[in-house]
Amino acid sequence: MAEPLLSLDDLAVHFKIGNALGGGIKTLKAVDGVTLDVKPGECLGLVGESGCGKSTLALAIMGLLPPTRGTIGVDGQEISGSKAPDRMRMARTVQMVFQDPYASLNPRQTVRRTLADPLRLHGVRDKAEVEARVMDMMAKVGLRPEQADRYPHEFSGGQRQRIGIARALILKPKLVLCDEPVSALDVSIRAQIINLLLELKDELGLAYIMISHDLGVVEHVSDRVAVMYLGRIVEQGGWQEIFENPRHPYTRALIAAIPDPFHRAAISAKAKARGEIASALNPPPGCHFHPRCPLKADICVSQDPVLAAVAEGHRAACHFRDRVS
Amino acid sequence: MSTAIKLPRLRLKGGTSLWIGGGLVATAVMAAVLAPWIALTDPVMDANLMNAEIPPGLEYPFGTDAQGRDIYSRIVYGARISLSVGIISQICNSLIGVTLGLTAGYWGGWWDDLVSGLTNLMLAIPSLVFALAIMAILGPGLVSLVIALGLTSWSYSCRIARAQVLSLKSQGYVQAARILGYGDLRIMFTQVLPNILGPLIVIATLGMGGAILSEAALSFLGLGIRPPFPSWGSMLSEARDQITTAPWLSVFPGLAIFFTVLGLNLLGDGLRDILDPQSTTRRA
Amino acid sequence: MTGPLLKVDNLRISLAGDGATYSAVENVSFEIGRGEAFGLVGESGCGKSITALAVMGLLRRPLSLGGGRIVLDGKEIQDASAAEMRRLRGKRIAMIFQEPMTALNPLSPVGKQIAEMFVLHEGMGWNEAMDRAEDALRQVRVPSPERRIKDYPHQLSGGMRQRVMIAIALACGPDLLVADEPTTALDVTVQAEIIDLMAELCAAKGTAILMISHDLGLVANMCKRVAVMYAGRIVESQAAEAIFATPSHPYTRGLVDSLPRLGERSKRGRQRLREISGVVPSIAAYPAGCRFNPRCPSVTEVCREVVPEATPLPAEGLVRCHHHG
Repeated sequence: MAEPLLSLDDLAVHFKIGNALGGGIKTLKAVDGVTLDVKPGECLGLVGESGCGKSTLALAIMGLLPPTRGTIGVDGQEISGSKAPDRMRMARTVQMVFQDPYASLNPRQTVRRTLADPLRLHGVRDKAEVEARVMDMMAKVGLRPEQADRYPHEFSGGQRQRIGIARALILKPKLVLCDEPVSALDVSIRAQIINLLLELKDELGLAYIMISHDLGVVEHVSDRVAVMYLGRIVEQGGWQEIFENPRHPYTRALIAAIPDPFHRAAISAKAKARGEIASALNPPPGCHFHPRCPLKADICVSQDPVLAAVAEGHRAACHFRDRVS
Repeated sequence: MSTAIKLPRLRLKGGTSLWIGGGLVATAVMAAVLAPWIALTDPVMDANLMNAEIPPGLEYPFGTDAQGRDIYSRIVYGARISLSVGIISQICNSLIGVTLGLTAGYWGGWWDDLVSGLTNLMLAIPSLVFALAIMAILGPGLVSLVIALGLTSWSYSCRIARAQVLSLKSQGYVQAARILGYGDLRIMFTQVLPNILGPLIVIATLGMGGAILSEAALSFLGLGIRPPFPSWGSMLSEARDQITTAPWLSVFPGLAIFFTVLGLNLLGDGLRDILDPQSTTRRA
Repeated sequence: MTGPLLKVDNLRISLAGDGATYSAVENVSFEIGRGEAFGLVGESGCGKSITALAVMGLLRRPLSLGGGRIVLDGKEIQDASAAEMRRLRGKRIAMIFQEPMTALNPLSPVGKQIAEMFVLHEGMGWNEAMDRAEDALRQVRVPSPERRIKDYPHQLSGGMRQRVMIAIALACGPDLLVADEPTTALDVTVQAEIIDLMAELCAAKGTAILMISHDLGLVANMCKRVAVMYAGRIVESQAAEAIFATPSHPYTRGLVDSLPRLGERSKRGRQRLREISGVVPSIAAYPAGCRFNPRCPSVTEVCREVVPEATPLPAEGLVRCHHHG
């Protein structure tokens, strides 16, 4: 079995909120004990709603936020330990595609510069080689060579996202973290970008972490899926297991919430979650999902459920994981 | 609203304020550059008490002063001093302010606290009083004037730079640069600075007008340029006693200051419009 | 009295800009029956939101009504005075927006904002109105309304705020509720609840809904009939089930086919998504003829030159395509 490309072990990122004078300091447990790994060439879908900590998790993986607890290992090297992470090596291993293609490109840089600068920074000195790699990458993401000297505002949203993808791939990383890569795009453009990401994955042997709240997209692209709720992973497993045999009531609520006339009767209205997502500042005791859960019992309030196996490679953090069906 | 219509991009070529402001400033700059050719007499040496205080007329378009020197020529030469004081001191202010603001906003932490505290301190002291104190220590003269004005009003650029950096810091492209392995300084100079240049240029232009006014004020108080060399402020200062008997001595340098500062302010406003990133279309 | 509740006939909305006047919306006609839920679907920039604003009489410069009729309950309101429209809004037609935070007054408790509707439109005293406001909050299932009534908008979560908006909108039992992307800013599980709530309350009060969204699935789930807009024109309108089963316009077909749908992958394996090529045109560069022609897979010469007429579909509805049938 291949070594994992990325392994998170009990990762937690907490923030201190407020000040000592006004109401005291509170701890926001944005990510609270996440254990995950991603193997080379694999696509892990990360699903969750606002406040579940998926964006914080992404920033921690990228080395932009220090973990409070736990470790992050990238390509066999621990990035969060006592040794300072080697940013240059990290850059050549893990890259990121951002959600908003309008804010994620420097408005004062041409496409050529956006792609060529990182190459030069990482020691590609030969001008011809830089040029060749820039042109090659532009072709890969479906941009024409004559567009190299244009500025971001001359492109549409979909084209900008192509530039963002090219930038993420120019250093030939092994893992690309895609943070809601299509949710800011026009509906009719999304399929283009999803297809492109999948083609590039096969062509370049990339591994992805696909963060999305759109279950249709996640099911389409993922090999494995992890579902997050209020800083914790509540269920993870192979995509087919998660979508056809979800064992956590929250996963079922997510699936039930998808408005799709073709899919309407698949999971009954019972599965829908009630009420609102609690604040991560003040999560409910025990299972964080219990106030909204249709299966709530006393044990859910008093005890944290552990993420335990229900089948080969399929784990769920629910006291009733074996009874959900 | 999610479905706002995509407005066609307006091609702003700068409004009237840009053109009027630019015209006024260009005139002042031309006068300064071409002074030896367009001046009628030497502004310092051609004193002739026989011609003292002649009102404006054909021979002396702006009249003459108490020493009989041609005011028009002195204003033209004075533009050199007033403008260079304005430009050089504002460049100092911008360099100090932008460097402090950029680093404070980007790094945050104790450095940010320190710079912000210093900025607030600077804003609390009237900059003219501060400049006056520096001048009192350094003594009058062109160099000390530039130093005094160049060290005392960087707080505006600093505040603007810091605020802009704070809003840009979380933008995707700045994060992307960090992920690509860019160092902090490289990010500040290639990713952040080019995108905050617009408002900084506007502030610098407005600050230049302020510096010219301060120069005039300091010279008027006798702490600026020493006679007999002409600057607009020192000319006003010298004309103080004759303001009722020979008003043209004060009116023309006053008008020179007025139009130049007005021009710089209009130019600043005009630049604000065209430096909006959306309107700087450069097509390849 | 019979006849439709709202009839929009040949609506044209002009956009003044850059020395020229554009038609942001043209030839838009639809009818909404009493108590009927009608959906208007399209991507950003297609003109669906400004169509809603036109119905509300809220168009502001640079937008203006360029022509056509808007008939509410048999009375033409397109030329109604500002005072008349003010009386209609809130009482007969109400609106909810995508981001409730921008539509609520941040300085006033939510109960007071609901009560204001009763005071303003029904001439009630404040005491009675506050009691009614509490009932209204209970109806939209805000927990412990007697306490929430004193809360300010920022103290509520996004979902709760949208419930308050619905309470305000439905306070005076309007005939028509215009909902512009009411759930886009919300999480999926919360979205499902809000949609159910809206549908249920409107059904109970006999309020018709004009639902505006980019999400075809969501609209088709909630509405009986759906119209699809593209670049300022309605390209197709059909019954909700039919629009998924037998989309008639190539654009609708593209939209239906291009999104990964839940359950699709388990049934048929991972298929490449069908893309719609090209980009959404900007208003200043609408193509001649059929506006979808540069992106259409079955484009012919006539599409580039002639604007297609609306053709009735066999069962019910209209399509605007030269190649239909």
